[in-house]
Amino acid sequence: MSTPQDWTPPTSTDSHPGHDHVVAGLKGTDEGGADLVQLLTPEGERVPDPRFDAYAADVDVEMLKNLYRDLVLVRRFDREGNALQRQGQLGIWVPLLGQEAAQIGAGRAMAPQDMAFPSYREHGVAWTRGVDPTDLLGIFRGTDHGSWDPKATGFHLYTIVIGNQCLNATGYAMGQKFEGRVGGDDAEATICFFGDGATSQGDVHEGFVWAAVYDAPVVFYCQNNQWAISEPTERQTRVPLYKRAQGYGFDGIRVDGNDVIACLAVTRWALEECRTGNGPVLIEAFTYRMDAHTTSDDPTRYRLADELELWKLKDPIERVRVHLVRSLGVEPEFFDGVQADADALAARFRQHCVDMPAPAADRIFSEVYADGSPAVDAQREAFLAYHASFEGV
Amino acid sequence: MAVLTMAKAINDGLRAAMERDPKVLVMGEDVGKLGGVFRVTDGLQKDFGEQRVLDTPLAESGIIGTAVGLAIRGFRPVCEIQFDGFVFPGYDQIVSQLAKLHFRSQGKVPMPVVVRIPFGGGIGAVEHHSESPEALFAHVAGLKVVACSNPVDAYWMIQQAIASDDPVIFFEPKRRYWEKAEVDVTAEPQPLHTSRVARPGSSLSIAGYGPVLKTCLDAAEAAVADGHDIEVIDLRTLSPLDLGPVFDSVRRTGRLVVVAEAPSETSVAAEVCARVQQECFHSLEAPVLRVTGFDTPYPPSKCEEDYLPDLDRVLDAVDRSMGW
Repeated sequence: MSTPQDWTPPTSTDSHPGHDHVVAGLKGTDEGGADLVQLLTPEGERVPDPRFDAYAADVDVEMLKNLYRDLVLVRRFDREGNALQRQGQLGIWVPLLGQEAAQIGAGRAMAPQDMAFPSYREHGVAWTRGVDPTDLLGIFRGTDHGSWDPKATGFHLYTIVIGNQCLNATGYAMGQKFEGRVGGDDAEATICFFGDGATSQGDVHEGFVWAAVYDAPVVFYCQNNQWAISEPTERQTRVPLYKRAQGYGFDGIRVDGNDVIACLAVTRWALEECRTGNGPVLIEAFTYRMDAHTTSDDPTRYRLADELELWKLKDPIERVRVHLVRSLGVEPEFFDGVQADADALAARFRQHCVDMPAPAADRIFSEVYADGSPAVDAQREAFLAYHASFEGV
Repeated sequence: MAVLTMAKAINDGLRAAMERDPKVLVMGEDVGKLGGVFRVTDGLQKDFGEQRVLDTPLAESGIIGTAVGLAIRGFRPVCEIQFDGFVFPGYDQIVSQLAKLHFRSQGKVPMPVVVRIPFGGGIGAVEHHSESPEALFAHVAGLKVVACSNPVDAYWMIQQAIASDDPVIFFEPKRRYWEKAEVDVTAEPQPLHTSRVARPGSSLSIAGYGPVLKTCLDAAEAAVADGHDIEVIDLRTLSPLDLGPVFDSVRRTGRLVVVAEAPSETSVAAEVCARVQQECFHSLEAPVLRVTGFDTPYPPSKCEEDYLPDLDRVLDAVDRSMGW
């Protein structure tokens, strides 16, 4: 019998996961596996998919140009968010770099009556729901906790606590079902966004259970960006995340999260499944976070540069541009126009940020309760009187 | 006038609220066919159907978290947590979402959710079935917290909690579920977030809530023999506290004993003591005293008679206050 001192680690000539390398049941992060749904290759080639082509049949050159525009504009203001944090204008920024297609595809698949429950990185989904990007700034500058109207936009407030929104979304979807908005002409669905790290949370598991037993019309949209801050997907699961759905009794599917057409098609299918009463559905959008988790962390401490280089080749925007140019003959003027729009948006975003007034101090006390509270009211009055005592000093 | 147990009074209150508003849902583990482990929801699923009275999967975060989503959708869910000590898996959703969404959204997302929690000891139960965690909720801004002590309040307070657009944590004293009282369902109810003088008196004040209220009233009766005329105040609302009647009482009597089952340190009772000394300093003839559970985990049930504030411990505090 060997002692611990006798033990030596197994040697390997393969120090970094390759395409076929399996880690704890998962492929290396640079490949999505054989089940990956892909309609547009990283090289910009449109490839057929008998199951999902019908859900992208209307993606003509005009629509693809619009999707490209979405991707570029969202990336542009996201980069501006990063820059504003570096310049001290924002306390923190949560970058979505690399996940634009996963978000635009899913967001553009939604119907106006649908409801989205985001985590805190869904700037692209917010864009598709008509939330002005400047409305996202208050959270990160510290002037509010979300200034848009969730009901009017069909886009709930950002949720910071990991996984909480999966239960909130499921409850909302149960309400849609209870109100008879499944299966009819006015059918609705809910979509819930979360990351690979969130799949380890109890609330996500409970959300799956509730959604399954109540047949709730909710699409669980997991953006597997491979990293939960510094923890890799292998630290969350032994099986590919989309396969977990089988254990709950509903469909799970893995889509190329850097392919905006595939994300659009698969999410349309999933939402349709929910609207017709066949939900819930789990989508794993297989993508990659190209930047830090937030501007507070340093990805060079936990991941290798060659992984990043590999994913650059799968860029979600570049493959659309290549397809528009090579296959659809779109002229350079279009791209110049989009770039000009993006720069204008970034300038407006920046200007809005630096112009944002700090909230009045009595924001502290506002809307704590719907019915008010004598204790909070008394504290507000005392605080305002205290402030007023400085006037004229 | 009907004579109802507290459990039946809550049941009738739930029924009245559900009849009044089709958006009111009852949800929790075993609340349907079984009628809840204390039968508080007995018969509701039979009359309102499985979509209004939901027998949920067994997970407290799921119960609260889906209730939050249902409230966003416009429903008014009433969640049942089976026992006090089981609420903690749902505490994250209560604190992180339920309590904060109205503030976070600047009023755009109200949270009309009630979380019913049978609380306190005295029923000889095993671990996790006898706790008094109310301070943990009263400390959370955005929540309102109430505790009923008798069938009349139980009948009205549950309906008022459901009607509120704020989240209300509704504590029910489980060892008083079977105590009866006449309930006049036509009478005008007292507002939800108010305390009440349960027994007038002039020589000393006692403030309590929930299960100990009866103990306090019994103590006041027993103290008559010693010549004490004790006023008892039922706090009823723990967040926001309505201490006006307590201040008024202490200004007349000069003495206060606060009684609660929960551990003493940083408790609701501690808050009452602090506020009374701040507001009534010049009226006090004696330090404000507390009679509470101990700063220990809830003990094995064979010890609970020693753990729970009883008549003798309350009277001992009365004697200490009067002898100051």
